[in-house]
Amino acid sequence: MMSDRPHPLLIVVAALVYLFLMVPLVIVVGAALSDTTYLTFPPQGLSLRWFENIFQISAFRRTIVTSLQIAFLGTLIALLIGIPAAYALNRFRVELPKWLGTLFVLPILVPEIVFGFALLKSLTVGTGAPIFLALLIGHTLIVLPYVVRVISASLASFDFSIEEAAISLGSAPVKTFFTIVLPNVRGGVIAAFILAFITSLNDVSVSLFLTGPGISTLPIQILAHVEQFFDPTVASVSVLLMFLTVAVMAIVERTLGLTFLAK
Amino acid sequence: MTSRRFWRRNGATGWALTAPATLAVIAFLIVPIGAVIAGTFMDPRGAFAPYISYFNSGFRTTVLFRTLQISALTTIISLIFGFMTAYVVSRAPGKLKSLLIVAAVFPLLTGVVVRAFAWLIILGRNGILNQALLALGVVDEPLEMLYTQGAVIVGMVYLFVPLMVLSLVGVLENIPKDVLQASSSLGASPMATFWQVLLPLAVPGLIVGAVLVFTGSFTAYATPQLLGGERQTVLATLLQQRAMVSFDWVGASTIAAIMTVITISIVLAMSHIARRINPMAT
Repeated sequence: MMSDRPHPLLIVVAALVYLFLMVPLVIVVGAALSDTTYLTFPPQGLSLRWFENIFQISAFRRTIVTSLQIAFLGTLIALLIGIPAAYALNRFRVELPKWLGTLFVLPILVPEIVFGFALLKSLTVGTGAPIFLALLIGHTLIVLPYVVRVISASLASFDFSIEEAAISLGSAPVKTFFTIVLPNVRGGVIAAFILAFITSLNDVSVSLFLTGPGISTLPIQILAHVEQFFDPTVASVSVLLMFLTVAVMAIVERTLGLTFLAK
Repeated sequence: MTSRRFWRRNGATGWALTAPATLAVIAFLIVPIGAVIAGTFMDPRGAFAPYISYFNSGFRTTVLFRTLQISALTTIISLIFGFMTAYVVSRAPGKLKSLLIVAAVFPLLTGVVVRAFAWLIILGRNGILNQALLALGVVDEPLEMLYTQGAVIVGMVYLFVPLMVLSLVGVLENIPKDVLQASSSLGASPMATFWQVLLPLAVPGLIVGAVLVFTGSFTAYATPQLLGGERQTVLATLLQQRAMVSFDWVGASTIAAIMTVITISIVLAMSHIARRINPMAT
């Protein structure tokens, strides 16, 4: 077992684990393609009508738009506040206290569901903030740790003496950041954007409390739909979400390679 | 001029750059959660009244222990299977290894609702598993698999095994093969090499993975809601019910406080243990 090749039994277990990981997703795709009005696998007759059905249900149309808006805006704001923070944490490592780095990881450490409830209490109920705003703030914060961590990781391998050289040659610090530093961590920024976008798009626990009349997100709508109807519509929405994930992963693979996710 | 001012390396620039993100975390995360927890101690019935009434309720203590039990079992099962899988992945040749990592990342990026829903199709009364068992004549009538603790644990293990595999692959890759070869060439049996060399070296990764899985399953909402239903109420689903159905804000805040304290204690305790075992770990 301890030689270079793992014991055959271990390989069998690993294969079974991968089978366990993949089969449910295959079943969802199959169920989405079925022609029947109930969920079944293998699909009975192939049809795309459940995909059409998604867009006929106004709640799905609305929540898809809201989810994309929130994911896009939240990620953008997280990048706007997260990139300077990540830059400062690396560039001023000696001058800044260590706990500042931990602070930006807090949103992953505290239970998301507690965070959602706290936002409901303090923002929506406490100050009467519009639900959309509360939802946006919540999503910005849950994706902030990914932005700071991924961009910090790419800044860690950036040689700040290049920046120093540019500045000593007379380039303004801000200009230097945009022309020298940022292009060098472009890969990290793209990866952070994608991870943050997907995390926001799939979030349940924070959004759960921050929905209201007319405003909800796609995963919350899926949950509500599953509990009322048990039809293949949800399977089709799931497949749509999976397509989006595949597309996004293809982009990450092109720009960075996915192995960085294991680190 | 500008450059000299910039290079004085005083922390002020650093503080200014981190200020927006710092203020956002303090204003929208620390203050709201702090207020929820502080609120539970300002009950007119007395400082600990909400906690006393929580632990006096048989139902609510059952929910707490059920949540701990589900999280513990999920963590143990994910550790065992995640470790074995990660070992195989870490020793796979280059191309295959990347493929296996992608195959573990994909489910991880697929939302929790989608992944719980998949098990709803499989474990339902008329689900695929029941149809298969009926067709094979293993059972005479469909088994009630949904809304059991087993269903919740299967759904949770499904959520967290990829996370465990990814946390462990990096660690196992960094263990030099020479160390294992040295151990066996010095006469250690494969089992001894595993227990005395490989496992101790993998402990930092195992701890990180275990913390992620335990805290993740301890606070999960969608999976217990869909696969466990009313019968398998956990802390997260109880919190949602208290807040959004019963409008019992004190009750909901108490659950929120209990969840936060348990989660953070576990993270701190485990990182303390990790540091004692391996001072290099962060």
